[in-house]
Amino acid sequence: MFETLKALEWTPFLVSFKLASITTAILFCISLVIAWNLSQSKSRFKPVFEAITALPIVLPPSVLGFYILYALSFHSPFGRFFQDVLGLKLVFNFTGLVVASCFYSLPFMVQPLQSGFEALPKNMLEASYIAGKSKLRTLFCVAMPNIKPSLMTAIVITFAHTVGEFGVVLMVGGSIPGETKVASVAIYEMVETMDYTLAHIYSAIMVSISFLVLLLVYMFNRQQNHHLGGVS
Amino acid sequence: MIEIDVRKELLGSQGKMNLSVNLSFESKSFVALSGQSGSGKTTLLRILAGLENAHGKISVDDEIWLDGTRALAPQQRGIGFVFQDYALFPNMSVLENLLFVRKDKALAHQLLELSELLELANRKPATLSGGQKQRVSLCRAMMNRPKLLLMDEPLSALDPSMRNKLQHEILTLHKNFGTTTIMVSHDPSEIYRLSDRVIVLSQGQVIQDGDAKSVLLRTQGSQKFSFEGELLDIVKVDVIYVAIVAIGQQIVEIVLDGSEAKDLHVGDIVSLGTKAFAPMIQKMKEK
Repeated sequence: MFETLKALEWTPFLVSFKLASITTAILFCISLVIAWNLSQSKSRFKPVFEAITALPIVLPPSVLGFYILYALSFHSPFGRFFQDVLGLKLVFNFTGLVVASCFYSLPFMVQPLQSGFEALPKNMLEASYIAGKSKLRTLFCVAMPNIKPSLMTAIVITFAHTVGEFGVVLMVGGSIPGETKVASVAIYEMVETMDYTLAHIYSAIMVSISFLVLLLVYMFNRQQNHHLGGVS
Repeated sequence: MIEIDVRKELLGSQGKMNLSVNLSFESKSFVALSGQSGSGKTTLLRILAGLENAHGKISVDDEIWLDGTRALAPQQRGIGFVFQDYALFPNMSVLENLLFVRKDKALAHQLLELSELLELANRKPATLSGGQKQRVSLCRAMMNRPKLLLMDEPLSALDPSMRNKLQHEILTLHKNFGTTTIMVSHDPSEIYRLSDRVIVLSQGQVIQDGDAKSVLLRTQGSQKFSFEGELLDIVKVDVIYVAIVAIGQQIVEIVLDGSEAKDLHVGDIVSLGTKAFAPMIQKMKEK
C-alpha cells in the first residue's frame, strides 16, 4: 500500500490545487465587490445581476465550456485580442483553465458572501456611516469581520468546487499532463483505460480531502457563531 | 439653532401618508419626539441623520444639511445616533467600539468612567446585558462630540429599573457635554424627566408642541388628578358594580352604580379622575 502511494503520480492533484488556489484568490477579490454591491443595492435591476451570477450553477458544464472555449479561442474578438496584442493563447493551457474556472465557480463565491452581507443588521452599517466612516472602511472594518463564517464558507466551497470541476476543464483545457490534466480528468482517463486500481486510489484521496475540508469549515463556523454571539 | 422643514411621502399602516414637519429649536436643548407608532418619528430621525432622503431644508447652526433634495452624507454631519437595538460592532471590544468612531483615548476613558463601564472595556458586546449594551451605544454616539444626538427609543427594550438608571445617565451626559438632543420616546415619565420640549407627531404632522408639563398633563377643569386606562372587567357585587381598570403597569378597582356600569364595556378606554375625594369614571373611547 505504502509503496503504491509512494509511486503515485501526484501531479494531477498539484495541478488541481494550484488551479483552485489561484481561482479562489482571483474570485475572492472580484466577488467581494459584486456581493457587497448586490447586498446594498436597491436597484430594480438587481434580480437581473443575481440571475447572471447564478447561471453557472444551472448551466450544463458543456454549455459553459463551449461558450468559454469559443470566447477564448482565436475565433472570437476577445481571444484574438489576447493572442495578437498580448501574445497569450488562452485555450488548452493553464491560463485558460483559470479563466474558465473563474466563470464556473463565481456563484459559489458570490452567494455565501452576499447572504452574509445581507444578514448583517442594517443599523450596524449605518452606525459606522454615522461615525463618519466611508463605505469601503465599513466593508473592511465592520462588515467583513462580522461575517467570518460566510467568508470561510465562500472561500472553501469555491476552492473545493474548483477542485471538483470536470466538464469545463476537460473542454477548455484538454488533458495535457502537468499543465491542464487535473485530478478529476486523470480519474476519468483511468476509468476509460480500465485502470480501476489507480482510479480507486485517486477517488479515495479526493473523497478524503473533500471531506476533511468541509469538516474544517463546519467546525470553524460553529466556533465562530458561538464567538460572535450568533451574528450571521 | 436648528431649523427643519422637510417633506416626504411615506407608506404608513393606513396607506400613503405625507410627512411634513416644520420645526426649529435652540442649540443645547433636549427635545422629545412622541406619537403613535407609524406616525413618522423614526423616519424624521433618519432624515435628520441623512439615512433617508427627503425634500426640504435642514440647517444646523451655519451648516446646510439638506437643501431641496441635495443632502449632506451621514458621514459629514457629525452626529451621534443611538439605535433601539444598540447596533454595536460585535467584532470589537467595548473600548474598540468607541475608538472606532474617533481615536481619542482620553474621551473614551472619560465616557466609560461616567457610565461605570471601565471594567467592561475589554469585553465583547455579546457578553453584555441589554442595559450595558445601550450604555456602550450611548458612549459611542458621544465619541465624535456630536452637534446633534439622535436617539430612537433608546430605553424601550430595557426593564424599568435599568431605564431609571439610564435616564439619569443620559441627563448627566447631556449636562456635561451640552449636546443638542432629539429622543423618540413613549414613556411620559422619561419625557418629563429628560426633555425641555415635547413634540407629538400624528400621521406625519406635528399635533402638539410645548413643554413636557403642558403636553403630558391630562387633568382638566376641577379634576385633581386623572389617569387613562383600559377597562378589563366589570363585576357585580350585591347591588353595586366593581370595575377593574388597568393603568400602565397597575390594576385598580373602582365602584360603579348600575347606570354607569350599563354604559361601559370591557375593552373601553376610560379616564379615572377625582374631584375632592369622590373618584369618578367617564368613558373616553368606545371599544
